[in-house]
Amino acid sequence: MTPTFRLVPTIALAVALLSGAAEAQTIKIGVNEPLTGAFAASGTYVVNGAKIAADEINAKGGILGKKLELVIEDNKSNPTEAAAVAEKLITSDKVPVLMGAWGSSLTLAVMPKLMEYETPMVVETSSSGKITTTGNPYIFRISPPSAIEAAAFKGIVDKLELKKVDFLVINNDWGRGTAEDFSKMMKEKGIAVGAIETMDQGAQDMSAQLSKLKGTDSETIIVTTAVDQLTLIFKQAAALGLKKRIITTGGSQNPDQIIAQAGAAANGTMHLTTFLPWFPDKTPNPEATNYFIAEWKKRGYDFAGCTESFRGYDGIRTAAAAIEKAGKAEPAAIKAALWDIKVKGLNGDIVFRKSGPEGKESGQSQPNVYLIEITDGKIGMKTL
Amino acid sequence: MSEFLQHLINMLVLGGTYALLGIGLTLIFGIMNVVNFTHGVLYTFGAYIMFIVVHQLGINFFLALPLAVLAGWLLGAAIELTLLRPLRGSDIDTTMLVMIGAWIAMQSGALWIWGGVAKSVTTPFPEAPLVLGPVSVSWLRLFVLAAAAMLIVVTYLLINRTKLGCAMRATFQDQDTASLMGVNVDLIYTSTFAIGSSLAAAAGALLGPVYVIFPQMGDLAAVKAFAIVILGGLGNITGAVIGGFILALAEELGAGYVSSGYRDAMGFLIIIAVLIFKPTGLFARSERVG
Repeated sequence: MTPTFRLVPTIALAVALLSGAAEAQTIKIGVNEPLTGAFAASGTYVVNGAKIAADEINAKGGILGKKLELVIEDNKSNPTEAAAVAEKLITSDKVPVLMGAWGSSLTLAVMPKLMEYETPMVVETSSSGKITTTGNPYIFRISPPSAIEAAAFKGIVDKLELKKVDFLVINNDWGRGTAEDFSKMMKEKGIAVGAIETMDQGAQDMSAQLSKLKGTDSETIIVTTAVDQLTLIFKQAAALGLKKRIITTGGSQNPDQIIAQAGAAANGTMHLTTFLPWFPDKTPNPEATNYFIAEWKKRGYDFAGCTESFRGYDGIRTAAAAIEKAGKAEPAAIKAALWDIKVKGLNGDIVFRKSGPEGKESGQSQPNVYLIEITDGKIGMKTL
Repeated sequence: MSEFLQHLINMLVLGGTYALLGIGLTLIFGIMNVVNFTHGVLYTFGAYIMFIVVHQLGINFFLALPLAVLAGWLLGAAIELTLLRPLRGSDIDTTMLVMIGAWIAMQSGALWIWGGVAKSVTTPFPEAPLVLGPVSVSWLRLFVLAAAAMLIVVTYLLINRTKLGCAMRATFQDQDTASLMGVNVDLIYTSTFAIGSSLAAAAGALLGPVYVIFPQMGDLAAVKAFAIVILGGLGNITGAVIGGFILALAEELGAGYVSSGYRDAMGFLIIIAVLIFKPTGLFARSERVG
């Protein structure tokens, strides 16, 4: 009996050592997304997309001969939590690179932590201009800032015959940034800008704002927020008999979900998106898009989430490509490598260009922007 | 003018549900003197029961409502029996901490069971709104207003016109005397908490289908319920109803004519004003001291 008992600690030690060794066999990427709170739906989709990328990479043998491991943490749609999550991922999980943090306010809260710990982050969704213009050299953004969205939209405003627009935007860096960039573009085009209404990110009743917008002399409302609030807005606008044209921005609309939940109220609405899962052959990399959509469906996820989840997929592939290029999983090497990679993203090639003050530029990729229109419950493309 | 009328209609619809939230809490916080932090969770619970009954069990929407109210009643009774009864007589801080713990535990439970992604409940009401000249309102919201009004009247009658209501008021005025008069004090405590809880669940069950359902939905609702109770005066049912409508009016007009960014702040500005100028609430009746 005694020898067996003596063996126990030895075995335990061996197991601990082996598992410790096994842990070092993986390369970690920290994922900082909102899985609860106001942006839970969007954040969950992004994480599901990220998992597809990780599984694909691991099926092909991983990176640098090691398995890729995603360390996923919930930032609760709360900027304070987002910063804490980043700190935890970097200091406790020792991830050499992050992806996150979905919302602009969440990403902005994380940015000082990236400076402090000198760790790069791939920004997959946030669109506030501030993120890449304040001089944070650890930021590499693959989503379009609202100024790029506004510039893309500029080409079509004449065709849409816009005369006067109102805004209804989420009251954070994302919404206010969009209102600012789009107003500027509208004014350059000679389009009048009327009321700019805001809503709290957790607000569920926008009837008061919509009642006010119903009474103005504008013919179009530009709406910026995520899908949960958007479906509520469409339902509430319909209930109030608001008949103005609604155009949404931000790429987090999940148009299929709007059709499913808002029904007839969705007809005639237009949406600026950054991915075309409905027309895979019109995307810049049809092969990759078809693979991703097939994999998404195979896993039983809601098709509506594709417009959101593709960013998680592209974000992880971007980070993984940088690790591969760097040849080692170290923050400084990955940061340097991010400047040299070219990834075939689902929405165009991901190549980082310098943005922001000289000497401490952030990386910004130039993704495509599309305008889609919902007619009779179907999604159609408008040429920009 | 039509915009103003629309704001007034919105206020009526919103106020009805605020009133429902308020009377549930005023029973527990005002009459029982328990700072009930689980009120918001019970609101969330009622909404999820609607989701389960309508979508997972496939039962009719109108049948789901009384089931949600009943479930809220049962959960409320369970909270009273397991958490509050052993604590009766302990100081308010202890009870408050336990209720905060129950709130966090139950909210995390909801997150664990249903996940963080919002769910929505389909209703049998038509999408097209009821149009009355320049204003319009959705049929679902009209139904919610009518149901809330009915629940408010029933609660008012229960408290003021029935033997149970009389026993409730007697118990929380003077427990010993009520006990001497043959009132089963334990039963009154449990039923008061259960009734208050079922009203919170009813509010969640009615509003869940109007909005979307997620584990933290009760937080803002609870904050508003506390605001309404303070506005209307502790334990005053009529006050809670009027308080609910005042809060809705302040939010509607504040968002419509001042700034929509401060919509949720409007109600709280009113509360600060009430606490400064009439700390017992707008409709508190004069109380006997000592």
